[in-house]
Amino acid sequence: MNPLPGTATAEPEARTGEPALAVEHLSVDLHTASGTVRAVDDVSFSVHKGRTLALLGESGCGKSMTALSIVGLLEPVAEVVGGSVKAGGTDVLTLGRRARRRLAGPVLSIVFQDALAALNPVQPVGRQLGEPFRIHHGLSRREAKEKAIELMRIVGIPEPRARARSYPHQFSGGMRQRLLIAMAVALAPDVLLADEPTTALDVTVQAQIMQLLRDLRAERDMAVVLITHDLAVVAEHADDVVIMYAGNVVETGPVREVFADPRHPYTRGLLDSVPERAEKGKPLPAVGGSPPELSNVPPGCVFQARCPLARERCADERPRLTATGPARAAACHFSEELASV
Amino acid sequence: MSEPTPLLEVTGLRKSFRVARNKAGRNRLTALDGVDLRLGRGETLGLVGESGCGKSTLARVVLMLDRPDEGTMRFDGVDPFALKGRELLAWRRRVQMVFQDPFASLNARMTAADLIGEPWRTHRDLVPTPKQREARVRELLDLVGLRASDAHRYPNEFSGGQRQRIGIARALALEPDLIVCDEPVSALDLSVQAQVLNLLADLQQRLGVSYVFISHDLSVVRHVADRVSVMYLGKIIEHGLTEDVFDRPLHPYTAALMSAAPALEPDGTAGTGDRILLSGELPSPLDPPSGCRFRTRCWQAADRCAEEQPDPRGRGDGTLEPHEGRCHYPLSLTPMGA
Repeated sequence: MNPLPGTATAEPEARTGEPALAVEHLSVDLHTASGTVRAVDDVSFSVHKGRTLALLGESGCGKSMTALSIVGLLEPVAEVVGGSVKAGGTDVLTLGRRARRRLAGPVLSIVFQDALAALNPVQPVGRQLGEPFRIHHGLSRREAKEKAIELMRIVGIPEPRARARSYPHQFSGGMRQRLLIAMAVALAPDVLLADEPTTALDVTVQAQIMQLLRDLRAERDMAVVLITHDLAVVAEHADDVVIMYAGNVVETGPVREVFADPRHPYTRGLLDSVPERAEKGKPLPAVGGSPPELSNVPPGCVFQARCPLARERCADERPRLTATGPARAAACHFSEELASV
Repeated sequence: MSEPTPLLEVTGLRKSFRVARNKAGRNRLTALDGVDLRLGRGETLGLVGESGCGKSTLARVVLMLDRPDEGTMRFDGVDPFALKGRELLAWRRRVQMVFQDPFASLNARMTAADLIGEPWRTHRDLVPTPKQREARVRELLDLVGLRASDAHRYPNEFSGGQRQRIGIARALALEPDLIVCDEPVSALDLSVQAQVLNLLADLQQRLGVSYVFISHDLSVVRHVADRVSVMYLGKIIEHGLTEDVFDRPLHPYTAALMSAAPALEPDGTAGTGDRILLSGELPSPLDPPSGCRFRTRCWQAADRCAEEQPDPRGRGDGTLEPHEGRCHYPLSLTPMGA
């Protein structure tokens, strides 16, 4: 049997020293009207400075819930019930609300998908962008505004001095996303989480925004956690990937290795569903069925109902995340059957 | 593919809307500016372009929900805008629509059977008796891969992919010749998206229905479409067979769009190649640039592009299928990257 991922030999490059963010055994429960369900189940991963980790999965798989637990923005119906989130030298889950807010900006920050909802509609953007400097650095209004204008220039907003007086609705979708990114990087965070930052944008604008995130990551040596459902975005922009299904991590490792040679049937199924990899005129090799309801996750393997490899053992025993290579792991009893020849 | 009378032929379509005046005092938004389309029976036409380019207005005109200001439309040889009364009703049966959002497009208080059968309340002769309707609903459910027992369930009891199947069954209830699919899979997860795309392909093969397939996802369009038209600010700036347009784009915008879309190679790496990163965003359709509409974002724009609207120019390699782009300087009529 392979060793567990924790004991596996570390990849030489870029993995030395403390990670900027280390999530360990994170579990989150959702208290709904029809009972409590496990939305995030024993999720672990870590990211180093200057690297990008993608949380990949379909809607409802728990990727956003994981991100919101890290930054402490869960809705009241959700509750972290286990695990730790280490950033800036402490386990942020043990901190009180005030202490945690002090980390929001200089240590951890997040970019949301819907920029219009994330910005304040009744305040000029220059004022909003200056807010982190007023709160964390105690700058005056005027000083903060200068900082805001500088940030707008950095993220590529034309005529920043004039535009600082505009309101969010006066910007296009792409420009609003730039504003949100500007606000997130204002205090040079160690870790930037980006929750589907380009999903609502057109492809030519999406390419610009992803390039901006990439440049900022390199320039400021940030660790980036990219939450997405888009495999092609992961292939292009992430170093490592964590693939989630029904609240569980099913496969993790360097993107290049995982995508070239997936060791979990779900990962394989996702990759096969990408239309451009399929032969035209032939049916796409689709994964049958749909993900289970969180209230109805089976006791054994979470993917068993849709899995082509499923057999008896999968119904009884939940597979543990097991090393499939030096820096990768998959949660499948039969992952070696998927190994490419 | 080459057939005498196309199912749908649209020529010189123009449509503008009155909107609130902008700062420059303009209040005419030209959504369609001389659009031509051709679609054969059993074919799929992919319509791509960014938001605001006029894709949905074009779909609305094709469905006769909007009347064009200028231009002609021929459906199976007749002009539907000239029809009245019973003839018009009969025509409407032949063109149906599948919507983007399978949550918003189904009435939550109707069962699957009610939803699928609702079009027959307008088109009464098609399936006249309750018994026939019941049998036909079962057939349609089976056709789209749902169970007969699903007939009496409500939308909230179905997943997103299953809801989209109900939407497709409803579109098929009137046995149309053409279905306009407006972003039919963009609200679905990848693993479910593949199922729905397969279903659409399968239905086309079995029923011979044609699709106008609107999507911003180029990999989806490449997979499903026989021909592609690329729109930019109300104009079709390139059209041709899918392979021609994707492999040898003529218009710089098409090339930029293709290269901006994230791609995944068979070996799991990102298929980036040399990315053309466009600067700026779509200009306002209220105030489109003079000459070529793409010139403000084009890296090879010259003086002529500001003065003169480019006419469609084809590839001069003598193939039968037209592949044309509206550009004064079409990307060297040699293969890309050569």
